[in-house]
Amino acid sequence: MHVELRGIEKRFPGVVANHDVDLTIRPGAVHALIGENGAGKSTLMKILYGVQAPDGGTIVVDGAERRFASPTDAIDTGIGMVFQHFMLADNLTVLENVVLGAEKLHGIGESARSRVREICEAYGFELDPDALVATLGVAARQRVEILKVLYRGASLIILDEPTAVLVPHEVEALFANLRDLVASGRSVLFISHKLDEVLDIADDITVMRRGTTVGTADPRSATKHELAELMVGAELPSPDLSEDTVTDVPILALRGVALASDGGRRLLDDVDLTVHRGEIVGIAGVEGNGQTELVEVIMGMRRATSGTITLAEEDITRLATRKVRERGVGFIPEDRHRHGVVLDFPLWENRILGHQTKRPVTRGPLLNPGGAREDAERIVAEYDVRTPSVHTSARALSGGNQQKFIVGREMSGDPVLLVASHPTRGVDVGAQAAIWDHIRRARHDGLGVLLISADLDELIGLSDRLEVILRGRITAHFDPDDVSAQDLGAAMTGGAA
Amino acid sequence: MSGQRNGQVGRRITQAVTYSILPTVVAIVAALVATSIVVWATGAPIGGFVDTMLSVPSHRDTIIIVNQASMIALSAFAAAICFRMGLFNIGVEGQYIVGACAGAFFAGAGIVPGPLNILATLVVAMFAGVVWAMIAAILNVTRGVSEVISAIMLNYVALTLAGYLVKNYGERSGYTFTTPKIAPSSQPLGFGLFADAPDIWALAILAVIVGIGYAFLLGWTRFGFDLRTTGESRTAALANGIDPRRMVLVVMAISGAIAGLVWMPSFFGSTHTFGIPEYFQRGLGFTGLAVALLGRNTSLGIGFGSLLFAFLATQSNRLQSVGVARDVVEITQGVVVLMVVIAFEIARRIKVRREQERVARELEPATTGAPA
Repeated sequence: MHVELRGIEKRFPGVVANHDVDLTIRPGAVHALIGENGAGKSTLMKILYGVQAPDGGTIVVDGAERRFASPTDAIDTGIGMVFQHFMLADNLTVLENVVLGAEKLHGIGESARSRVREICEAYGFELDPDALVATLGVAARQRVEILKVLYRGASLIILDEPTAVLVPHEVEALFANLRDLVASGRSVLFISHKLDEVLDIADDITVMRRGTTVGTADPRSATKHELAELMVGAELPSPDLSEDTVTDVPILALRGVALASDGGRRLLDDVDLTVHRGEIVGIAGVEGNGQTELVEVIMGMRRATSGTITLAEEDITRLATRKVRERGVGFIPEDRHRHGVVLDFPLWENRILGHQTKRPVTRGPLLNPGGAREDAERIVAEYDVRTPSVHTSARALSGGNQQKFIVGREMSGDPVLLVASHPTRGVDVGAQAAIWDHIRRARHDGLGVLLISADLDELIGLSDRLEVILRGRITAHFDPDDVSAQDLGAAMTGGAA
Repeated sequence: MSGQRNGQVGRRITQAVTYSILPTVVAIVAALVATSIVVWATGAPIGGFVDTMLSVPSHRDTIIIVNQASMIALSAFAAAICFRMGLFNIGVEGQYIVGACAGAFFAGAGIVPGPLNILATLVVAMFAGVVWAMIAAILNVTRGVSEVISAIMLNYVALTLAGYLVKNYGERSGYTFTTPKIAPSSQPLGFGLFADAPDIWALAILAVIVGIGYAFLLGWTRFGFDLRTTGESRTAALANGIDPRRMVLVVMAISGAIAGLVWMPSFFGSTHTFGIPEYFQRGLGFTGLAVALLGRNTSLGIGFGSLLFAFLATQSNRLQSVGVARDVVEITQGVVVLMVVIAFEIARRIKVRREQERVARELEPATTGAPA
């Protein structure tokens, strides 16, 4: 299938998500779409899959112009998509998940089963149609999602950051599957920001930056450096630290901290970690290696099974979240919609969130709406939050503006420690630079920062010290001044440096 | 600055009309239309139905409406405080039965003399309501039992328990048993409104007090903020220093305390004794759930909704005389609640969309000037 996107444009409240986007996907090829978080890749995919209608531009499939009112239209045209977050029913079998919503094709009985078997064999999927999805691992679930798309007859398969959830050998297996798919004449649109993988799998590369396509590259001749330059552009501010502000006064210290799951699995194991005043300590690791648990234990959301956590020489191991926050710990959670804001509260009420016991937003047991409004207005001004007023609900703002507001809130009231999980995830480039600036400035004033990020450039550029977390243990230390992304990546996956 | 404030106030009033009053009016009209269709379909006189329902109530009926509304409102506040936190306290029914029974026994015993007996009784009734609510709350927090399931069971247990207690420890009165009647010195005077009708029950004022307290608690206190946050997003509550389990216990206790008061206006205002079924009014707990939904869990909304429900129920008493079954009014009540839920959801979606459009419009120059 030959797909051409011409001059696609899409605007959202406060952001132009896509403009002048041109993209050509050849049949029988893996086409990689790369770009930083917030570059507009997800929006483009949603347009191609009919989830959102473009405000301008055309989609041409095999020479005919198409308009997709819904994903159903896209599926009928032969376009399928696998989202980053899987959409499977845990308590149904593989077969049931695959036929769900596509019963018209081969029914739900034996012919459906044999069709599923056929596809699995053709592409080496190794899935048992009668296995319960609840029993499957992440990689197998992803194959079920791809199977679903193929079952519906897709000849273009869109994969949104498919490797984010996989460990290295699973990535290899996925790539083998993808090569089989394109060998059979289908096309794959592969969305990623991991350059190594892209160079490994792609036949064509298109780069997006700030909502538009800025160029194409040939994976046989392009280097990582060239791609990175295209992705970030020349004017991108780098998260470099200019001065040394690190002191030898520890602000946060973890000693032998362990956390066991209900099933007894070790989520954190013997973690030793120190953050000094004026120091940014970066935690590098593949997602799901204990970063979330580490943050939750420090913030008092979960209680460590053993070990001690001290904040400014006070033992906070058993303190509740509110008490930890009262002692001056700012917290930028990794999932801003679930943890960072209440979407239906106006901004001024969101200013109170997490700071319910502190002035100026409350006075004793009473709220202080006036104080909260004023301080929310200060954050909106200082952190360049694009909003009509502080009475606007958080839901109406773009993700980047929500994040800037959260950062501003957590920097309020002179915190001594900032626990920042992915502080610039999904944020546009301008906001990213602003957030980095604010973190740097606070560091200068003696703030200690624990930085968890999946963005290696952010980690290397912003941190004074790097710790690698693997399967719940701190396994390596690096000096960000002389570490390469390759060394760090190897340590993160447990391979040889 | 003050001009900006005024603009802000003006927009808020417009918003209140667009997103609160308009949907309510639409819902009530739709409910009356739906009921009229049913009346018409059953062949009953539709003119008689409409005339009766929309007629001005007599002085006597007005008093009944206010009295009934006070109890419905109390029950609705008990339900609403849980709704605001995402809990469904279907056990208000049982909690107010237990509260009524305990309060009546205590008041009838006359341990505390005179008017003080009233206050002491209210405390006892609230405490009984709390105890009953805590059974469901503790099961929920420690064992993960749905508060809905356990509360439904407890409603039946409450009814049986109250019957048992009255039969074994009450007095024989005709063919049934009741609690001892309260002494005349502990019977408060009501509020006289009309010379030719009985007084409004003194403790109807409880509904107003609880209503004001409810609005204050939710809108102006840290606890209320924690409560609303937990209701909107448990994950956000947890990440921001609110213990959802503790909130479940506290809020269920407050709900149970309010529920304990539900029947007190009637008890001190007219019955002065408790006995099922003659000297008690059942079903207020369920009515309260509906009114809480109808009133969108706000004080003003619940005040209005409880008056509307009491009005409909009282007016329906006279439907029989024009040849319409009075049960038809339950259709009106049901459809009102349903329509309000629908109308407000539509209004909410429109509001969200308009707000996003407004954000987009006001930020347009900023984004074209410097692409984000």
